[in-house]
Amino acid sequence: MIFDELINKQVKEMAPSGIRKFFDIASTKEGVISLGVGEPDFITPYHIREAAMYAIKNGKTFYTANLGLLELRQEICNYYLRKFNLAYNPETECLVTVGGSEAIDIVLRAILNEGDEVILPTPSYVAYAPIVELSKGKVIEVTMKEENGFKLKKEELLKAISPKTKALIINFPSNPTGGIMEYEDYLEIAQIIKENNILVISDEIYAELTYDKKHVSIANIPGLRENTIIINGFSKAYSMTGYRIGYILAANELVKMFNKIHQYTIMCATTSSQFAAIAAAKNGDKDIVEMYTSFKQRRNYIVKELNRIGLKTHMPEGAFYVFPSIKSTKMTSNEFCEALLDKENLALVPGSAFGKDGEGYVRISYAYSLEEIKEAITRLERFLNSL
Amino acid sequence: MLKEMLSLLEKNARIEVSDLAALLNTDEETINNKIKECEDNNVIAGYHTIINWDNANTETVKAMIAVSSTAERDTGYDHIAEIIANYPEVDSLYLVSGKTEFILIINGSTMREIANFIAHRLAPIEGVISTETMFILKEYKIMGAIMDKDNNKAERLLMSL
Repeated sequence: MIFDELINKQVKEMAPSGIRKFFDIASTKEGVISLGVGEPDFITPYHIREAAMYAIKNGKTFYTANLGLLELRQEICNYYLRKFNLAYNPETECLVTVGGSEAIDIVLRAILNEGDEVILPTPSYVAYAPIVELSKGKVIEVTMKEENGFKLKKEELLKAISPKTKALIINFPSNPTGGIMEYEDYLEIAQIIKENNILVISDEIYAELTYDKKHVSIANIPGLRENTIIINGFSKAYSMTGYRIGYILAANELVKMFNKIHQYTIMCATTSSQFAAIAAAKNGDKDIVEMYTSFKQRRNYIVKELNRIGLKTHMPEGAFYVFPSIKSTKMTSNEFCEALLDKENLALVPGSAFGKDGEGYVRISYAYSLEEIKEAITRLERFLNSL
Repeated sequence: MLKEMLSLLEKNARIEVSDLAALLNTDEETINNKIKECEDNNVIAGYHTIINWDNANTETVKAMIAVSSTAERDTGYDHIAEIIANYPEVDSLYLVSGKTEFILIINGSTMREIANFIAHRLAPIEGVISTETMFILKEYKIMGAIMDKDNNKAERLLMSL
């Protein structure tokens, strides 16, 4: 059977993620340690796990409303109001998804027509571009520079705007750079968005991991709430990656469209996970503080150590990644990571996996124990000295 | 920062000063000074190791004793508490609300040793009315540490998005 001609062209041409390739090599080797994960290292707090078990034990295992359990949507909206001062109507402006990933998918599919342009500031999380392309949109990359703290600047955004621009995707705090945007940073670009009538897809999954400053959503800027589609979820804030619970907050006119796709492809997010998420949003504020504190300490530690061993690293203000430049080694990020894995059994993610602007950098996750981070630093130092 | 430093030390008394400094984004001298200050002010009252004696194949006996006592006119319970606390066999001592006044935890190498302590030391103290001894049969969790660790820890992927 010739499968080749039976496969969708777009999917066939879709490049596998740059992370995947390294994962495949790393998993065949013995004694590999990795600073390559994109998930917290805490076990989900027990009261949240217990809520999922209780739901299953009591047979709360039927479909829920397409939008998700009303109680969960209420808790999500309470949470956004309490934490970020943004009010959404739980009955009409909130949709519970299977992780932030589903949210990205249905939002893009719901808004894009063939040829629509989506502006993507890079280095960026790896899933946006392929999903834009699957939805027949065109990705227009704009650069976020290290010297600007990996923020999106007005001049860069302006260069990318065209009559075909439909949306801008932002992700602050950022995977992979750890960069954040503050209120003033958003103010700078607000007018461009308003004038050009574009949607902003704001993936705020790392919002709770904003260090020393308060997370600001672009929806906090007066006039921009209606342009903004907030994507968030429980994975990073509560260490609930495997539960797969995310959500969208947006104008009712948009949520109705997202829900059309969601109802046919997903029906509803996993019921027991939704009950766990209720417990998290209701009683999990203390858990967030604990994890936040621990991540912040490890961020301080790893930045100090990376600078000590000669990798110039700026102090990121969010997420749990550092994104040091490896340009001094004269290697591409792929070469660097391959050689590091080969010689020292240490797996990092090459910056090029996050778009062409990621070239010359590596992503290092510090969602690891101090012992693991120390061992990784030792190996990395030995590697750098051998060059 | 002080609270963060104390929490880190509470979880791991053996943490290196250099690690504390890096984690808290400060220098070693600052940490050393802070620790010294805490020790001097009895904010840090001591450093202990949590030992699972069962796994060390060493017989120990531990008991929790509830003690009823009268209070004294001038010192309340403090004087009697001081007498009890002075015995090295007494590991921990708490004044509590409820049916009895004190809860104490006592360590010994045999049951007889503990029985002797109660009969000859604790019960005769002036003001002690009665004691109720609960021998500890099994230790599950001490100061946040689970004794029988489940090695079936869930594994994360080597790399993820």
